[in-house]
Amino acid sequence: MTPPGVPGAPLRDPAWPRRCAVLAVAAVLLWPLCVATEFAPWRLLEPRSLAASLRFLASFLPPALAPDFLARVALGAWRTIAIATCGTVLALALAIPLALGATAALSISSIGGRMAVVPAAVRQCLRAAMVALRTIPELVWALLLVRVVGLGPTAGVLAIGLTYGGMLGKVYAEILESVDPQPARALLMNGSGRLHAFLHGLLPEATPELTSYTVYRWECAIRSSVVLGFVGAGGLGQEMDNSVRMLAGDEIATMLLVFVALVAGADLLSAWLRRLQQ
Amino acid sequence: MTPPRWPLRMAGIGALMLVAASFWTLDLKLGDLLAPSSLAAMGRFAAEFFPPDLSPAFVARLSRGAIETLAMSVLGTLLAVALASLLCLPAARGAGGDRAAGPIAVRLLCNLLRSIPELVWASLLLVAAGLGPMSGTLALALHTTGVFGRLFAEAIENAPPGPAQALRVQGTRESLVLLYATLPQVAPQLLSYILYRWENNIRAAAILGVVGAGGLGQMLAFHLGLFQMGRAAGVIGAMVVLVYGVDLASYAARRTLVRSRD
Amino acid sequence: MSGHPETAARLPGLALELAGIELASAARGSQRREILHAIDLDVAPGEQLAIVGASGAGKTSLLHVAAGALRTDGGTLRLDGEVFWRLDVHGRRRLRRALFLAPQLPPLPPRQRVVTAVLAACLPALGFWRSVAALFYPTQLPAVRAALAVFGLEGRLFDRVDRLSGGERQRVGLARALVSPARLWLLDEPLAALDPVHADQVLEGLCAQARSRGVTLLVSLHQAELARRHFTRLVGLRAGRVVFDQPTATVAPEQWRALYETPASSGPAGVPDTPPGLPGPAGGGRA
Repeated sequence: MTPPGVPGAPLRDPAWPRRCAVLAVAAVLLWPLCVATEFAPWRLLEPRSLAASLRFLASFLPPALAPDFLARVALGAWRTIAIATCGTVLALALAIPLALGATAALSISSIGGRMAVVPAAVRQCLRAAMVALRTIPELVWALLLVRVVGLGPTAGVLAIGLTYGGMLGKVYAEILESVDPQPARALLMNGSGRLHAFLHGLLPEATPELTSYTVYRWECAIRSSVVLGFVGAGGLGQEMDNSVRMLAGDEIATMLLVFVALVAGADLLSAWLRRLQQ
Repeated sequence: MTPPRWPLRMAGIGALMLVAASFWTLDLKLGDLLAPSSLAAMGRFAAEFFPPDLSPAFVARLSRGAIETLAMSVLGTLLAVALASLLCLPAARGAGGDRAAGPIAVRLLCNLLRSIPELVWASLLLVAAGLGPMSGTLALALHTTGVFGRLFAEAIENAPPGPAQALRVQGTRESLVLLYATLPQVAPQLLSYILYRWENNIRAAAILGVVGAGGLGQMLAFHLGLFQMGRAAGVIGAMVVLVYGVDLASYAARRTLVRSRD
Repeated sequence: MSGHPETAARLPGLALELAGIELASAARGSQRREILHAIDLDVAPGEQLAIVGASGAGKTSLLHVAAGALRTDGGTLRLDGEVFWRLDVHGRRRLRRALFLAPQLPPLPPRQRVVTAVLAACLPALGFWRSVAALFYPTQLPAVRAALAVFGLEGRLFDRVDRLSGGERQRVGLARALVSPARLWLLDEPLAALDPVHADQVLEGLCAQARSRGVTLLVSLHQAELARRHFTRLVGLRAGRVVFDQPTATVAPEQWRALYETPASSGPAGVPDTPPGLPGPAGGGRA
C-alpha cells in the first residue's frame, strides 16, 4: 500500500464541468419561465393588493355558522356526493363494455398464438376511444355540456361519466390482463361465450382490484365534482364559486372545512372497505 | 381465507342505496337526452366546432397560450419542490430528539394543502394575485406542495438509516445529515415521482385558466363565451397536444433515470 | 461542565472510561436479555487496544456504548474526563465531533461517489456553508486522496460506491476515519470483508496512522491472531462480560479457549463459535 502524502497530478472533480453546465442551463431557462408566467411575487406585497388580501383572509374567521347557510352547505355537499356517484355509475356503464372489448384476456383468436388482424384492430380502436375520452379534461367536457344540457348537475354527471369511463375502461382492461388467464382461456376453448368466460373465469380473481380502483375513482370524482361546480355543474363547488365572487370569506371557510371533512370521510370509507376485503 | 360475507354484503347494499338515492335526488332526466330532438341539437352543436380555426395568426396565439400553460406547470412544480423541501427540513427527526409538535403540524398543513383542488386554490388566489398566470402558478405550487410534503417526509422516514446514523454519531448537524446521507439514497425515487406529478400538473394548468388564471384555459373560456366554436376547438386541440407531449417527455425522462441507475 | 477551550496544549487522543456499564435488550420480563454486564474499561489518551471475543459476545454493543450511540441501563461513560450523558445537547455534540465510529457494515449511500462519502466524515470540522458548498464541488481533495491512498484506493476517488467490491467499500469506510477530526477511533470488525493478506496490511496501516496522530484506538476483532500481532493490550469479552483485560503477552492459551467456549448455563446469549484464532493456526477474516 502506498504511504500517505503521495504527490500526484492536481486533483480536479471530473463531474464539475457537467454540473456547471446543468446549473447554467437551469438558470437560463428559469428567467423565461418567470416571464412567461408573469411571475412577480413582490406584486402580492404591494400596499393595495396586500390590504385586499389581508381583508379577505380576515373575513375567513369566524366561519359562517348560520343555520340556513349550514343547511345550504349540507345540501350542496350531498349533491356533490350524488353527482360523483351518478357520474361513476355512468362511467361504469361506459367502461365495462369498452374494457371487455379491449382486453386481450378475452381474445379467442389469440389462444395458442398471435391475435388475428381484425380483432387486434378492433381492440386498438376501443383503446383509442378510451384515450380520447380521458385526454380531454373533465372541466372542458363540463364547459361544453352546460351549453347543451344547461346549468346544473346533469352536465357534471355526464362530464365525469365520459372522462372516468375512459380511465376506468383502461385500468379495467389492464387488471383483467394481469390476472391468471387460464380459467378464462379454458372456458373460451370449450366454446363458452365471452361474457360467460368473463363472469366465471376472470371476475372472481379480479374483483378485489376492480372494486378497489373503482372506489378510489369515486373518491376522485367527489373532488372533481366540486371543481366542476365552478363552471355551473351544481353542488358545493357552485356555492363556493358564488361565495368567492362575493368575497364572503366566512362562507368559504365553512365550505372548505366541510369539503376537507368530506374528502377525509371518503378516504376513511375506502380504507375500511379495503380492510374488509382482506 | 375468505373474508366474512356479511360486512361485504352490507357495503354492497349501502352502495346500491347510495346510487339509488343519488339518482333520485338529482332528477337528471337522462332519458330526455336521448330524445331525437335533443340528439339533433347536440349534433348541430358538435358541428359548430368544425372546421377548427387553424389560421396562422390564431395558431401563433395558441402557441403563446401553450407556452404559458407549460411554463405554469413547470414553475409551479419547481416551486412546490422548493417549498416542500423547506417544510420537511424541520420535520426531520433528530437523533433521540422528539420534536413531536413540529412534524404533526407540518403533516396537517400538507393534508390541508393537498385536499383543496388546484382550481379552488386558483379562485381564492385571484383575489390576492389578480387575473393572469401568476395565480395559476401559485395555485399549482400550493396544492403540489401538500402532495410533495407528505411524499418527502415518508421517503425520508423510510430511507435506510445506516449512513445517517453514522454521521449523527459524529455530531454532524441534522440538516447536513439529510443532505449527505439521506438525500443521496432517496433522490432517484423522488425525482421520478416529481416527473410523474408534472403529468398531472400540466392537465391542471391547462384548465386553471377557466377561472381566469391564464394559459389555454383562459383562452377557452374566452372563445366559448363569444360563441367562437371553431377557435374553441383549436384551443382544445392544443390542450390535447400539449398534455400528450408532456406525458411523452415525462415518460422518456423517467426511463433515462431508471437506466442511469445501473 | 462544558467546553475546555480547543487548545493545542491538550493531548491529541481522547481518554475513554467505562464504569459499571449495564445494558439489556428492550424486551420485557423473561425475554429480557443481558447484553453487557458490569463493564469496566479505562483507556488512556493515545492508547491502542483490541476487543476480542466470539460473535454475539457484545463487542458491537460495547463500541456503540463507548461512542455515545446507545444509552445504557446503568454505569457511566466518561469521555475526556466528562460524564457524557450528564452534559447538555451542545456538550454532547462537542464530544461527538471528537470521536469516530466505523460500523461493521460500511455506512455508505450506494449511489454516492467515494469522494463525497469520505468527505462526509470531515463535516464536523467544516462550517455549515462550506459543507453545503462541498456538495457542489468537493473540498479537502488532497486529504481525501491521501486517506484513500493508505488503503490503496486513491484511484477510486471519483467512482460510485456501488461500483466497489465489498472489501473496497470496507476500506473506504475506514478511510473516513483518517479525514475526520476525531481523537478517538472506534472500529467494529474493520476486517470482516477483507482477505487475510489485505486484512493484515489494513490493520497495520490503521495502527500506524493512529499512532502518528496520537489518536486513541479501539478495534473489535474476532481474528485472534491479528489481534495478538498488532495490539499490545487485549480485552476479552464473553457473553457481555469482560473476562480479561491485560497486555497481549500475558494472555494464556486457556484464556483464549475460554473466550470461545459455549457458556455452561443458558441465559446470556453467547453464540458458540469454532475458535477462529487460537494461538497457532492463523485466524483470518473472510476473503
